[in-house]
Amino acid sequence: MHILEVENVCKSFGTTRILKNISFSMDKGETLSIIGSSGSGKTTLLRCLNFLEHPDQGRILVNGNAIFDASENRKKTDAEIRKDRLHFGLVFQSFNLFPQYTALQNVMLAMELLARERSDYKADKKRIHQEIEEHAVSLLADMGLSDRMQNYPHQLSGGQCQRVAIARALALEPDILCFDEPTSALDPELTGEVLRVIRSLAEKDTTMIIVTHEMAFARDVADTVIFMDDGAILEQGDPQKVFSNPSEERTRQFLTRFRDQSV
Amino acid sequence: MVLEQLPIVIPALNVGFIQTLKLFLVTLLGAVPLGLLICLGSMSRFRVLKSIVRFFVWIIRGSPLMIQLLIIYYFPGLVWHNPIWGGGETGRFSAAAAAFIINYACYFSEIYRGGIQSIPVGQEEAGLVLGMKKSQIFFKVKLLQMIKAIVPPMSNEIITLVKDTSLSRIIALQEIIWAGQAFMKGSQGISGAIWPLFFTAVYYLICNGILTLLLSKLEKRLSFFQ
Ligand SMILES: Nc1ncnc2c1ncn2[C@@H]1O[C@H](COP(=O)(O)OP(=O)(O)OP(=O)(O)O)[C@@H](O)[C@H]1O
Ligand SMILES: [Mg+2]
Repeated sequence: MHILEVENVCKSFGTTRILKNISFSMDKGETLSIIGSSGSGKTTLLRCLNFLEHPDQGRILVNGNAIFDASENRKKTDAEIRKDRLHFGLVFQSFNLFPQYTALQNVMLAMELLARERSDYKADKKRIHQEIEEHAVSLLADMGLSDRMQNYPHQLSGGQCQRVAIARALALEPDILCFDEPTSALDPELTGEVLRVIRSLAEKDTTMIIVTHEMAFARDVADTVIFMDDGAILEQGDPQKVFSNPSEERTRQFLTRFRDQSV
Repeated sequence: MVLEQLPIVIPALNVGFIQTLKLFLVTLLGAVPLGLLICLGSMSRFRVLKSIVRFFVWIIRGSPLMIQLLIIYYFPGLVWHNPIWGGGETGRFSAAAAAFIINYACYFSEIYRGGIQSIPVGQEEAGLVLGMKKSQIFFKVKLLQMIKAIVPPMSNEIITLVKDTSLSRIIALQEIIWAGQAFMKGSQGISGAIWPLFFTAVYYLICNGILTLLLSKLEKRLSFFQ
């Protein structure tokens, strides 16, 4: 069974169609990267998966269960949406860390708020808190941030902030972790450290969807690549094939333009 | 001369200053929550409510507080023939407090709105994606950032409020300016003395000095994040 199936997702803002019949699926442990020119709808697609936007049409299934179905008339309650969106994590281009919390607190906050809903929370407060802290500490260690845990976001570099944001997203153990251009807001010398972290997650078989303009990275890390153009998926498949021998003229043009820019 | 007048003048000024402080505190206590209500109205999804509230705020912020004081104090009695404020110092105080609370609530509401709108949407979205409830996002993520954003402009308004209380002299509220002026016209055997009026400035300066100190301390305490 696929971990994620997206079926015919359509989304318009006003009269402009932003996503046109998006369909794809992915398996557990797979890394999918999405490339495409600016305005092609990549961010909108990730936002639909994370319930920040609601598709006008289509279905989204996780492990075979429809967590979103536009044909269903019943509107979901906030509590249901909250539960469903925990299948996904999202790492933003601009990090969106909480400035008043340290790196460690940023990672712990959502876990602690969720723990309050557990039935054993009252009785076991101390132990639960300690487990959460240990989990957060080990996540930050994995990100190479053991010595930065007590720092506030404004005391961290962009690359460090993004790694905290990744740890924060991993903390809730989402089935699928989405990245929206995780290195676009970073100075070139800082992109490497973030890409390395994402690469190591791929090696640990984390299921990920990565929207990126780092073509070399997409080719190396992804198991599948999707090329989006004007709100539609134009091409998808094995990265070696898409990058070296695209079947669509538009893909070829896009890749050539990118190659020219990066030289 | 001045030295002889001191024991008479200072107690009189103190009495006036207590009235000044009372007006200041009552205004603050009333305008801080009322401002929040007005702020919510000015950001309401209901267009009509939003327009009415914003128009009201525009009128209040666009016209002199002194006129508002005069209208609120005299209008009920002169136009409705129903002097709701009653006579005497209590009536004048109530009218002044009402005018100040309404006026300052409008200024505060705009500061709150600026504070709320200064929080990037990414903060809310990050919270949502992490499975937080709207209320948790407000209290755990946004509130402190809002407070940090509004403390500097609120400090300015609060300092201005201390000085603005003197406007209530226009409806003869017996605050400190009124008390100082009394010695020009003649009171307790002193007349034609102008120094008590000038001396009232010292009270304002000391009061604002203390407030500035407290508020900048608060600002410092919130400077651990950006
Ligand atoms: N809330 C919105 N309201 C109206 N239009 C929107 C909204 N969000 C996005 N759009 C439009 O949808 C289109 C696709 O935007 P999207 O951000 O998904 O593109 P993208 O592929 O992520 O581009 P980029 O590479 O620049 O990030 C753009 O034309 C954008 O202007
Ligand atoms: Mg985008």
